[in-house]
Amino acid sequence: MFGKLTWQAIPFDEPIALGAAALIGLVLCAVLVWVIVKGYVPYLWREWITSVDHKRIGVMYCVLAMIMLLRGFIDALMMRSQQALALHAPGYLPPEHYDQIFSAHGTIMIFFVAMPFVIGLMNFAVPLQLGVRDVAFPTLNSVSFWLTAAGSFLVTLSLVVGEFARTGWLAYPPLSELTYSPGVGVDYYLWALEISGIGTLMAGINMATTILKMRAPGLSYTRMPVFCWTSLASNLLIIAAFPILTAVLSMLLLDRYCGFHFFTNDAGGNPMMFVNLIWAWGHPEVYILILPAFGVFSEVISTFSGKPLFGYRSMVAATMVICILSFMVWLHHFFTMGAGGDVNGVFGIMSMVIAVPTGVKVFNWLFTMYGGRIRFTSAMLWSVGFMVTFVIGGMSGVLLAVPPADFALHNSLFLVAHFHNVIIGGVLFGALAGTAYWFPKAFGFTLDERLGKAAFWFWLVGFYVAFMPLYVLGLMGMTRRMQHYDQPEWRPWLLIAAAGVLLILTGIALQVAQLFVSIRTRNQRRDPTGDPWDGRTLEWTTASPPPVFNFAIYPDVTGAEPYSGMKERALESMQPAQEPKYEAIAIPRNTPTGFVTAFFAVVTGFAMIWHIWWLVTIGLIGAYATFVAFAWRDVGETEIPAEEVARIDRATREVRAAALRRTHARQHEQGQSA
Amino acid sequence: MIISVLRSMVILTVLASLGGCGETVLSPIGPIGAAERTILLDSVAIMLAIVVPTIVATLAFAWWFRHGNSRARYRPRWAYSGELELLMWSVPALVILFLGGIAWIGSHDLDPAKPLHPKPLQIEVVSLDWKWLFIYPGQQVASINRMVVPAGVPLHLRVTSASVMNVFFVPRLGSEIYSMSGMATQLNLQADEPGTYPGLSANFSGDGFPYMRFNFEALPAPQFDAWITAARSTGGVLDDAAYRGLLRQSAPLHPYTYRSVQPGLFDRIVTLQLPRGEGPRSGRPSPDIKPIAVH
Repeated sequence: MFGKLTWQAIPFDEPIALGAAALIGLVLCAVLVWVIVKGYVPYLWREWITSVDHKRIGVMYCVLAMIMLLRGFIDALMMRSQQALALHAPGYLPPEHYDQIFSAHGTIMIFFVAMPFVIGLMNFAVPLQLGVRDVAFPTLNSVSFWLTAAGSFLVTLSLVVGEFARTGWLAYPPLSELTYSPGVGVDYYLWALEISGIGTLMAGINMATTILKMRAPGLSYTRMPVFCWTSLASNLLIIAAFPILTAVLSMLLLDRYCGFHFFTNDAGGNPMMFVNLIWAWGHPEVYILILPAFGVFSEVISTFSGKPLFGYRSMVAATMVICILSFMVWLHHFFTMGAGGDVNGVFGIMSMVIAVPTGVKVFNWLFTMYGGRIRFTSAMLWSVGFMVTFVIGGMSGVLLAVPPADFALHNSLFLVAHFHNVIIGGVLFGALAGTAYWFPKAFGFTLDERLGKAAFWFWLVGFYVAFMPLYVLGLMGMTRRMQHYDQPEWRPWLLIAAAGVLLILTGIALQVAQLFVSIRTRNQRRDPTGDPWDGRTLEWTTASPPPVFNFAIYPDVTGAEPYSGMKERALESMQPAQEPKYEAIAIPRNTPTGFVTAFFAVVTGFAMIWHIWWLVTIGLIGAYATFVAFAWRDVGETEIPAEEVARIDRATREVRAAALRRTHARQHEQGQSA
Repeated sequence: MIISVLRSMVILTVLASLGGCGETVLSPIGPIGAAERTILLDSVAIMLAIVVPTIVATLAFAWWFRHGNSRARYRPRWAYSGELELLMWSVPALVILFLGGIAWIGSHDLDPAKPLHPKPLQIEVVSLDWKWLFIYPGQQVASINRMVVPAGVPLHLRVTSASVMNVFFVPRLGSEIYSMSGMATQLNLQADEPGTYPGLSANFSGDGFPYMRFNFEALPAPQFDAWITAARSTGGVLDDAAYRGLLRQSAPLHPYTYRSVQPGLFDRIVTLQLPRGEGPRSGRPSPDIKPIAVH
């Protein structure tokens, strides 16, 4: 009846896992009870869960990422404390638990923190920057998000019911084959990534279509903000790379479920094929994550330097060069498999070549600051912190791209230090800069800057204290994923690293406090103008938070950095643009399709993991029925009448006009005093 | 000139941060490790020539052009300079051209499969769950979790796996190589300084992974011969039956040796004529991860 699922699946014999599961369950229940008692359910259902508004979906992606960041960070805390204890000793985490923790840490941080964070920022900001009213396929967008959430739900569920993979975050066979991993851990891993991977692929198609086909009149490719360019590159990479991931994981599923031999040791299977395929996805994935972060830094540095981005065309060219080159370097993840001098040499050089466009980007940001008037908001602090940190991470990356150096450092903690250096220092700092930058746009009030800056300094210092020792340990020959070790000279460095993680913990606590304090004091921090940073691109022309239709009329773009141009013209003529003729706007109706599909995806995945075949059938039929119901809908859009549009827009315009008068008066005063 | 200054700076900083203790890949005991250290330090020095100025400029520009510094000139429209952009593309390109040359030559010179000598000492390495088997085909002896070699003699290793992937790695020798079932990778090494050094697996291989460590011992030639002689007189015979016993998941408490080895055993492992590692006997948790004495 219930396949492999029995009471033994609950880890009663593992107090730490059970305790963690109980804590998470308790927190979830508390939140649920609070939501129900306060009567928020209808509001959440109407305004968020069934929403197809790209801004709401973007925010939900970011919230998911932040929640999963906490989970992944707790894993990191446990790993660092285990290694701090485990010299000549078993520590407090037995291998079968420790191995799940580092596998879950990697899987969660890449697939359920970094990915949703950058996709969330793109979802929120790209349509606004393009001056359009939504993404190309709003309902598909909702389905994409909920499938990602379904994947993270399955990973979290593995804490309570069964186990997670004990194979590392990429589950190399033959270790991940049935012979060596007979438990359900690898199945949780595979189904969670299959489900969320499909969501990501659809999100990529959606966003690429939006950027290619839906831009405000006059917003040609060469006038697009750089964040849109990097998003385009990133989503093209998603479309090209994620099918490889889905396919390779499907092959492993066939091995495990149907006795196939794609990657087994025997019967003609070849595990090296898996390693090649997973990295043919895995290396582009790195650029899927970092390119949008590069875009955020470009926007932030330009805005807070009060200047256009230096070398726009170079920046665009560098982005697209990286986009193409990222597919030609995957073999550098396994130089030590003995491919030979020619192959290693070619892939080593190709990997280094990527450093050229990346270096160009760094110089472009550098010269954007040159001649600027830099305001050190927390978003700008993250950006400068990124530039310094990322250059170091890039250097260790190029070093690892030299095959003979990699022969001595592969899979060591040097490598672990390198990729945390670029992913924390690049992707995460970028996501946090983007959050600080666009938060007021999303919610209409600013975040507390004092706490935000304090959080930045703890993160930055904590990062260096936590990861620089890992470079040293790598040089000392310490390899990754050690549950215990017997070399006493490693110990001091591991203790320093553990201290660094505590500093990062303080940073995270400050961020939680920042969110809490900012929400409590939101009425004092309202930003009525919709333009708190003196922004240069279209998202700042609309109100904060933007109305559901984003723009009452499509902006008419006449140059790069359209909002700077508009503001200058308005200042020169001393009056805002003429009021336009308002028209009714059709917007897509909310639909529970995404949520229901994801529900059935969870059911199907769970049933597959536990071999409950009748439930698999129900899940698949349910998901298909949801699709049919959506496809045969009678009404897909609602119309907002012209008067309503006018009423919303006029309020914004009045605030704008007042702001313009203030700016003008200030400039006049300055002119007199000079 | 600048490069050599930077290089000595790198060496000094690294050594200082390592507290002067020598147990690192930067204090190699053989020619392969030494060559890799040279490439590593040179590459870092070359890159520092561009990285250090970039970091300094970032901090300097950010500070000087801060809002409120009235001495800094605000150029709100300056966003293009052809000369600067030419430099931006060409400087990193030149550095990469230089490093690329190092990578190309280095990956050929230090290719793990490239022989050091026409007649090296042959050693066959098998990774098992969770122990290392070293077979000396010329001497017809074998050793578990202890690799003994004559100092100053070139070694030729053929490496395979009886189950999942591992990586053979003695940090102070240099060059790691994957061990994979159904194929044999090659590695050429040499230890010049006699001594005992830690060796390990550098690829996660399951719950017993931390036990995948071994002692690498480089002995002066006479002592090595004495060790071979001693090995020939103790321990069991490594035949098919004994090999099948090794396939069970276990972590031996102490290293031990076999007094003789069935000829061609390694090749039959590589060509999958012998069974593969058994894997765990049940799902969760894995049974045999505590070290057990096996003899």
